[in-house]
Amino acid sequence: MSGASHTTHDAADGMRKVVNSQLIFLGLLFVPLLSLLLPAQAAWIRWGSLAVLAAAVVVMRRTLFSSDHKVIGVQFLITSLVMLFVGGLLAALIRLQLGWPNQAWPWLGKILPGGFPEGGPMDPTFYNMLFTMHGSIMIFFAIIPLLVGVFGNYLIPLKIGAGDMAFPKLNMYSYWLVPPAIAVVCAGFFMESGAAAGGWTAYAPLSTTLGPGQVCWIVGVIILGSSSIMGAANYLTTIINLRAPGMSFFRLPLAIWALFITAIMVLLATPVLASALILLLLDSTAGTSFFLPAGLVIDGVVQARAGGQVLLWQHLFWFYSHPAVYIMILPAMGIVSEILPVFARKPLFGYHSMVYAIMGIALLGFLVWAHHMFTSGMNPTLGTSFMVSTMVIAVPSAIKTFNWLGTLWRGSIQLTTPMLHAIAFVSMFVIGGLTGIFAASTPVDLYLHDTYFIVGHLHYVLFGGSLFGIFAGVTFWYPKMFGRMLNERLGKIHCALTFICFNAVMFPMFILGIAGMPRRIYDYTAYTHLAQVGGLNRMMSVAAFVLVAAQVLFIINFFRSLAHGKVAGQNPWQANTLEWATASPPPHGNFTTTPTVYHGPYEYSVPGRKEDWLAQNVKA
Amino acid sequence: MGWLAALGALFAPASAWAQDGMRVWLPQAVTTTAPVIDRLFYVVLAITGAVFIGVQLTLVYFLIRYRRRPGVRAGYTHGNNLVEVVWTAIPAIILVWLSLRSQQVWSQVRGTPPPPDLEVAITAQQFAWNIHYPGADRRFGRTDASLIDEASNPIGLDRTDPTAQDDLVSVNQLHLPLNQTVLIHLKAKDVIHSFFVPQFRLKQDAVPGITSRMWVQPTTAGNFDIACAELCGLGHYRMRGFLTIESPEEFQNWLTQSLAEQAL
Repeated sequence: MSGASHTTHDAADGMRKVVNSQLIFLGLLFVPLLSLLLPAQAAWIRWGSLAVLAAAVVVMRRTLFSSDHKVIGVQFLITSLVMLFVGGLLAALIRLQLGWPNQAWPWLGKILPGGFPEGGPMDPTFYNMLFTMHGSIMIFFAIIPLLVGVFGNYLIPLKIGAGDMAFPKLNMYSYWLVPPAIAVVCAGFFMESGAAAGGWTAYAPLSTTLGPGQVCWIVGVIILGSSSIMGAANYLTTIINLRAPGMSFFRLPLAIWALFITAIMVLLATPVLASALILLLLDSTAGTSFFLPAGLVIDGVVQARAGGQVLLWQHLFWFYSHPAVYIMILPAMGIVSEILPVFARKPLFGYHSMVYAIMGIALLGFLVWAHHMFTSGMNPTLGTSFMVSTMVIAVPSAIKTFNWLGTLWRGSIQLTTPMLHAIAFVSMFVIGGLTGIFAASTPVDLYLHDTYFIVGHLHYVLFGGSLFGIFAGVTFWYPKMFGRMLNERLGKIHCALTFICFNAVMFPMFILGIAGMPRRIYDYTAYTHLAQVGGLNRMMSVAAFVLVAAQVLFIINFFRSLAHGKVAGQNPWQANTLEWATASPPPHGNFTTTPTVYHGPYEYSVPGRKEDWLAQNVKA
Repeated sequence: MGWLAALGALFAPASAWAQDGMRVWLPQAVTTTAPVIDRLFYVVLAITGAVFIGVQLTLVYFLIRYRRRPGVRAGYTHGNNLVEVVWTAIPAIILVWLSLRSQQVWSQVRGTPPPPDLEVAITAQQFAWNIHYPGADRRFGRTDASLIDEASNPIGLDRTDPTAQDDLVSVNQLHLPLNQTVLIHLKAKDVIHSFFVPQFRLKQDAVPGITSRMWVQPTTAGNFDIACAELCGLGHYRMRGFLTIESPEEFQNWLTQSLAEQAL
C-alpha cells in the first residue's frame, strides 16, 4: 500500500515538473520574437536568444518530450491556457478603444509604441490587428486545443480503459506542431508591417493585399491544421480499437462520444481549410488568381489578375469554419454531460438521444456553412436552403438542452465549482443557440449580419458555451491530472465573477447590434444612429476589464493547488467512469490491470444499493 | 457574500453610464420592406424570448427544488421516449414554421425586384462609395477599369460613350426620391465592402467581379448614414456615405444642379 502511494506521489511530482518546464519553454519561445523588434544591428541577440531556447529545450528534454498522453494533455493545457490569457488581453485592448474612442493613452504608448503612435490614440490598423489576432488566438490556439487537444488527449485512453493512445509518437508530434504555429502567427506583432489585420475570416481579396503578418498568419494556421489532423486520426483509431473489454460503443461516456464525432469532423473539414489556405497563400505570394477576379483596381492600380472567384474563399473557409464551430462546442457538450450526472447523482437523461443529437449536429453541421453568406451576393435561392438547414440544426441542440434539464430533475444537486461551470454552460448556451435563430432567419440576418448582434451570439456560444465547458472540465479533472483538489472557495468566486462579468460584456452586444452597430469598427462615434451607444460601450469595457482580472483568481488557484491543494485520492467526486478507477495522477500506462466494463457510465443512485454510485468496472 | 456587495459597488458607476444607453434599439424604418423585416424580428424575439425565460426559470427552479438534502436520494431514471419525441417534435414544428414565415419575407425583399422608377449603380472602393446615376436616358454609360483616375474618374466612366453624356457620378452622396422604387446595382473595385443603411434594414456585400442587386422604396424623408459592414482595411470605420431621401421634385433639382456642377 505504501509502495502504491509512493508511486502516486512521484507521478504528481512528475506532472508539476511538466507544468514548470512547459511554462519556461513558452516564456523562452517569445524571446526570439521580441528580439525582432530590435534594430538590424542587433541580429546577434536574435541568434543568441534562439540558441538559449535550443539549449533550454535540450536541458529540459526529459520533461518536454513525452509520448504519454497525460503529459501531452497537460502540455496542451498549459500552452492553450497561456494563449487564452493572451487572447483575453487583446480583447481588453479592443474594449479600451470601444469604450473610449479617440482617447490618448500615453502610458500605453510607452509599452506599445506601434499601437499608440506618439502617445496618442490607438492606431486604426493596430485595432484591426487586435480583433484579427484576438479571434485567431482564441479559436485556433485556445478553444480548439483546450477542448480537442487537452480533453481528447487526457481523457480518451483513461475513459475507455486503454494504456495510452494508439499512436503515442504521432500524438507527441501533434502537440509539438502547436508552439511553432503560435510563434509564426504571432511573429507578425513583432514585424514592422504588423500582425494579420484581415479578420480571423481572412476574406479575399483584402487578405491578399496585406503584408507579411498576414502571410505568417496563413502559414501558422496551416501548421496548426496539420496538428489537428494528426490528433484526430489518433483519437479515432484509439476509440475504435483500444476500448477495454465490455466497453461497447453505447457504454462510452458522452465526452468520448463527443470527442469521437468531433474527430470525424476535424478529419473531414480541416483538410479543406488547409487546401484553401494554400490557395490563399499562392494568391498572396505567387501571383495566382484563385480568389481574385479580373478588373481589380487597388489604390488606383489595375491588378494583373483574372479568372478568380471572390466568393470561393468564403465557401471553402466556411465549409471548414462552420463545422469548426461544432468542433468547439461538441466536446464542451460532452464534458457537461459528464459532469451533470456526477453532481446530480442521477443517470444522464436520454443517453441515446444525446448520442443521436451529437450525430445530428455533426451531420447538419456540414450543411449550414453558407448561412454566413446570406448578404455575400450569392444567389438568394441558395440562402433559403441554408436557412432551412440552419433552423433544423437548432432541433438537436434543443434536445440536448432539455435532456440536461431532465438530468437535473429529481436529482440531488451538489453545487461544486465544476457543477457551477456546467450549469453556467447550459444557461449561456441556450442564449447562444436562441440568438442563432435570429441570424438563421434570412431577412432578419440582412439587418443583423456583421453587427454586434453576431459578435454577441458567437461569444455566447464560444465563451458562454465552450469556455464555461472548458472551466467545468479543467476544475473537474484537475484532481485526476495533478492529484490535488483546487480550492473550492476561490473556484466559486472565480466562477461567479466570470459569469456576471461575461454577461455584462456580452449581453449588451445584442442591444448594440439591434441598434445597428457594425462589428470591426475602430470608431463608431461619427455615425448618427450610434450617437447613444457610448455609455453602454463604456459599461461593457469596465466589465471586460474585471472579467480579465478575475481570471487571475483562476491562475492563482491553479498554480497554488499544484503544491498546496488537498490531496485528492483516487475518486474525489465518487464518479463512475474508468479514469476514477486508477490513481491520481495515473501512473504511466494508466491501469495496473486492464479494467473490465460491466455497465453504462451513468449508474448513479441505483435503487437497492447503499452507495449512490456504481463504477463502470464494478459488478453490481 | 461580502464580495457580491463589492461587485455591486463596482458596477454602480457603470449603470450610471448606461443611462443614456437606455434608448438604444432598432433605428427608424424608412422603406416599404423595413417594417416587414421588423415584424419578423419581433416574431423571432417573442418565440426565443419565451423559450429563454422558460428554460432559465426551469433551470433555477430545479437547482433550488432538487438541491442536495441529507437523507434524500436522487431519482433513478434513464429517460423517457415519449418526452424525447415531444421535445423533438415541438421545436421542429416551430422552426419549420419560422422558416416558411421567413421565406415569405425573403422572397419579397430578395426575390425578383419590382419594375424600378430609378436605377443607381454604386461602386465601392477603399474607402468611399461612388454613386453613378444614369441620367435622363436611363442608361448607364460604359465603364472600363483602364480609364480609372482616382482623382477625376473613380469608376472609369467612358465620357465618349453617348449614353454617358448625361451620367452623374458623385462620391459618398446618395440621393433617393421618396416613394419611388429604386434598383441599386452594387459593385466593388478592390476588396469586399458591404452597403449598410440601418434604417433600410438591409445590407448587401459589394463584391469585386460580381454585380449584386438590391431594391428599396423609401417612405420617409431625411438624412441617414451609409456604413460599410464588411472589413475592408485601415479606413473601414470611416467609409461613411451620406444618404438623403427627399421628394421627387427636390431630387430632380439636386440631380440637375449636380450635373451642371459636374460639367464645370
